[in-house]
Formats: sequence, structure tokens, C-alpha cells
Amino acid sequence: MDNKQLTITDLETVYDQLADALDQAAEGKRELFLVKLALLSAQALGDAEQFMTLTRTALLDL
Amino acid sequence: MHTPLAEPRRSIYFDYQVYPAHTASVNAAQVERRPVVIVGAGPIGLTTALDLARYGIPSIVLEAERQVSEGSRAIVFTRRSLEILQQVGVAEQVTAAGLGWRFGNSFYRNQRVFRMEAPHDADDRFPPMTNLQQPCLEQFLVDACQANPLIELRWGNKVTALVQAGDYATLDIDTPVGDYRLEANWVIAADGARSAIRGLLGLQLEGAAYEGRFVIADIKIELDLPTERLAYFDPNWNPGNTVLMHREPGNIWRIDYQLPRDETPEQALSADSLRERINAQLAIVGVQNPQWELDWCSVYSARALTLPKYIHDRVIFTGDAAHLLPIFGVRGANTGFQDCHDLGWKLALTIKGVAGPGLLASYSAERVGAAREIIAEAGKSTRFMTPPTPGHCLVRDAVLSLSLTQEFVRPLYHWRTSRPHDYVDSALNCKGDDNGLYTSGPHQGAPLLNIRLGDDQFLFDCLGASFYLLYFTDANEVPGDIQAQVQALREQGVPLQVLAVTGNRQGAISGADGVIDDHSGHLRSKYGARAGSAYLVRPDQHVCARWQQLGGQALRAAIVTALGNE
Repeated sequence: MDNKQLTITDLETVYDQLADALDQAAEGKRELFLVKLALLSAQALGDAEQFMTLTRTALLDL
Repeated sequence: MHTPLAEPRRSIYFDYQVYPAHTASVNAAQVERRPVVIVGAGPIGLTTALDLARYGIPSIVLEAERQVSEGSRAIVFTRRSLEILQQVGVAEQVTAAGLGWRFGNSFYRNQRVFRMEAPHDADDRFPPMTNLQQPCLEQFLVDACQANPLIELRWGNKVTALVQAGDYATLDIDTPVGDYRLEANWVIAADGARSAIRGLLGLQLEGAAYEGRFVIADIKIELDLPTERLAYFDPNWNPGNTVLMHREPGNIWRIDYQLPRDETPEQALSADSLRERINAQLAIVGVQNPQWELDWCSVYSARALTLPKYIHDRVIFTGDAAHLLPIFGVRGANTGFQDCHDLGWKLALTIKGVAGPGLLASYSAERVGAAREIIAEAGKSTRFMTPPTPGHCLVRDAVLSLSLTQEFVRPLYHWRTSRPHDYVDSALNCKGDDNGLYTSGPHQGAPLLNIRLGDDQFLFDCLGASFYLLYFTDANEVPGDIQAQVQALREQGVPLQVLAVTGNRQGAISGADGVIDDHSGHLRSKYGARAGSAYLVRPDQHVCARWQQLGGQALRAAIVTALGNE
């Protein structure tokens, strides 16, 4: 796994941006938005195996 | 009493001919025993009969109906299918009547988000795809069968029972005037998706059925659009669903559209529903107040199923009787042609006593393997066209949305068209040749690559019902040890032809049955060959061995393997 990590400040920014974007997406389109974001992130990540690990992590404790 | 339809089916573009039912066998004094009985006169049954006849094997084809099939059904034939149809003598008619094409387009929100360009090499005789309605193709095949003295086509004959005993099967056959019995050393079940033979043997298909159902409708309308595949995702009139359009000859257009989940086929095929939806789709391609006439319609659901083995004692399954494959990617008939072309030579050489014990068994191994690969591949495009779960729906919809601006998701639109199967792991492939040393040319298990030899002359035109040795040479004679082995193999009844590929404009080559002038070196270069190299090709045009320098013993060993002796 890549050691590159978000700083606390970056993480806070991501937190707010994600919340704002979810609010901007119309009711009923939030899931679609999140899946698009996941696909774009996977492409930026460029690592299918790492994406699988992240997917499993996200499925925990729902 | 079996009473097939005696009136010609209705069609805008095709004149159905009703053939007299075969009734002469009813009340016959003796039960006939025939070497091969083929059940089903669809494209695959008829092609099988023609293929067997090339080896001198006679057959009877039993068809429950008295005319060719209803509706356009299979409309897209691949290049490989045309190469196979060329072998049985109907490719010229199919090409003349059909529409060749190579581009496919996918649209989302009125934007073209994907374009497929199927390669067309100057060395190919046939286009990647040819559109022709199935009854037209069947008619060409029927005409060819009826002109062939080795083939007896029995219309209006329906199989009602099948019993196997020892080295033959007994069929009970119902006709419009009564029934009769027929014995066959081999029965080929080519009776389609609802195979009666499959049912009589109590065999189950394995695999998945998909929920998505499609209306298939053929309409006659003049549209100023090229012959290309058109796919519309989530159109405004059919939210969440997919629509396909294909041009057929005679200004007939195939429109396939997915049904809303909760609709029944009866509702979907009602005249009002068809009119409203077809008009809505025509509006998307820019036609207002369209004038059209319906030719045929049906409801289809995607399935990806196969029998786990295709040979059951003396009964051999082929085409849709053996497997059901999703239509996306034109995998139905195109897979069937490859089945029967794989079967034809193996059964013929088995009947002639030339084959080893493993040759016929390799039909089942190679073609079940092909079906399983096709099912895995077809599953991907089917899941994209008709997402089976809420999760699949979401991801598919996310891809549609992203595809408007993001290049990287667009290849997901590719529907993985039917392609010639590679028998890479076939037991018939030579173990001790130089296959791995080649860096170009068709590899072991792959079909030969066609090569343009002249204005209207191609390598595949030179091929027939035989093994072929393509021998690359600059000399005037095939080496004596190869000639001696060829002679010995022929004396054992192995059909084997030697084609010398010459680099020096040599005229006649001693020991070769045919000469291909390759002084330009084009064939040699495409095949990665040099003087002394050779390709051994099975009678179904698949490569089973290739050598950089061939000797006689190596040729014999490769033929022995290719005949199923290992």
C-alpha cells in the first residue's frame, strides 16, 4: 500500500467537500454520484487490488 | 399425427416455399439404418449435412416444419462464419444478398460515447460482419442440400422418440400421414434452442438465465442510415433500458428493446405498445411521423447455458441444441457454425475408420470449452446491457454518466463480438513442433489467417475437405521424406493435401498438389515462415502444428496426434 497520506487539513477539506457535493446532488442521485466518484477515484488510484481492499474496508460496520 | 403449418409464412421480404412432407417411409416394409441422421434443418443442421457430404458421408435431415424458419432471427454473421459457409459453398450467395459492415456505435443522452471499428485487413475476403435474415440464409443452404445427391431433406418429419442401443439409435418419426421408424449410427441434434432431442434424453443445460427481456421487431422503413450497429442506452422513452438497431437487406430494420421489468410478453407485443415504442425510437434517430410496416416480432431473454458434454453415446449436440448464448455479440448462429465445422471432419473420419479413438471426443472437449469461454465473456456484456442487480444498475448508470466526459470508461461499452475460437489446449495439437518459436502467424489452435493471393483470390479459396500442409519452399521439389510420409498417410485414407508456397516463382513443384506463388514474400512474412517451414492445418482450417524446418517423421507424428490417437 502506498504510504502517501492526507494531512489532517486535507482530510478536513475532503470531509467538507464530500458533504457539500452530496448536498448538491439531487435527492435520489446521491448513490449515483458516489459510484461515479468511486470509479473516478479507482482510475486515479490506478490499482485494482488496492481498490478491492478499500472496497472491503468500506463494507465493514455498515 | 404431426401437422406442420401447410400455408406459407407471411413475410414482407421473403417468399416462403412450402415443401411436400416426406411420407414415403410410412408403412415401409423395413426399418432403414443410415449412417447419419441430422435432426433440424436450421442453419446448423443444413451446414452439418453439407460439411459431411464433402467427405462423401451421406445424411438424412429431418425437419418438423415444411418451410424455413419464421422471422429474421439470426441476422449478423461473422467473418469466420462466412469462411465456414465458403467451405460448404454458399458464401458467395450470402455475400451478394447480405450487407457487410464493421462499425458499431453506442449512444447515451444523444451523444455517441463509443465507436467500435472492427478491423478489416486487405487480406480478408469477407467483412467482419454480414447482415442477412436467417430464412434467406437457410434457403441458400436448403438449395445447396437439395442439389447434393448425398443429402436427403425430409420435411414435415418430427422426432417423437429416441432409443439408443449399442452402435445405433432408433428414432420414431411422426409425419402428416402417420409415423415410421428410422435407425441411425449417429444422430446429430441440431434442433435448436427448444431441442426435442435434448428433452427426449432428459438432459439439462447448465448456467445462468438473465432477467432482462427484449422485444425483437423487424420493420420495413426507408432510413438514411449506414449499416452499422446502433445501441442506445437509457433513452428518454425507455428509461434505464437499452435499445439496439441493425439494418437488414431490403430496407428492413431490426429494433431490439428491453422491456420494463414488470411487463409481460403479451403486453409488450400488443400492436399499440409496439407502435408507440418503435415510433419513439425512430424519433431518436430523427424520423418524425414515420411510415413503417411490421414484418415480425418476438420476445427474447438472455441466457448463457450449455450442456456439459455434447456427445451422448450415438447422439451429438450442436448449435443452440447444445448451448444457449446471449444475442449481444452475435454469438448464437456464429457459435453454431464453429460447432458443426469442428464436428464435420471428426465425425466423417470416424465413420471412415481413419480417426483415432480421441478424435470425436475432442469435438465435445473443444466446443464445450468454447461455449464456457463465450459464456464468461458474454456475461460481461450482458451484465452491462441488462444489469441484473441494483448494484449492477448503479455502477452501469455511473459508467453511462461518466462516459459523456471520461474516456477511460468507454471501452466498457464494447460488446465483445463473437470471434473465432482458439483451440489452444486441444489434445489434437502437436506437442513437439516449433509453435513456441514463431513470433507471427496463426498459432496452434487458431484458424488460418486469410491471405490475398490475387484480385479475387484468397488463401481460403484453395482449401477444401482435407488436412493441408502449407510448405514454404524455394526449391522445385518437396523433400523426399515428406513426400513419402504424405503418400503413406494417404494410403491409410487420411485426406491430406500439400500446398507449396513458393518464393522463387517456381512453376510446378514436385510432390505438391497445389502451388501458391509468394514471390512478394507477403504470405511468408505474415506467417513468420522461411524456406523449409511448414504449417499443418486441420480440415476445419485450425492450425495443429507448425515447424521452422519440417521433416517427414514430424509430419507423421503430428497427423497421428491430430487424428485423436493420444
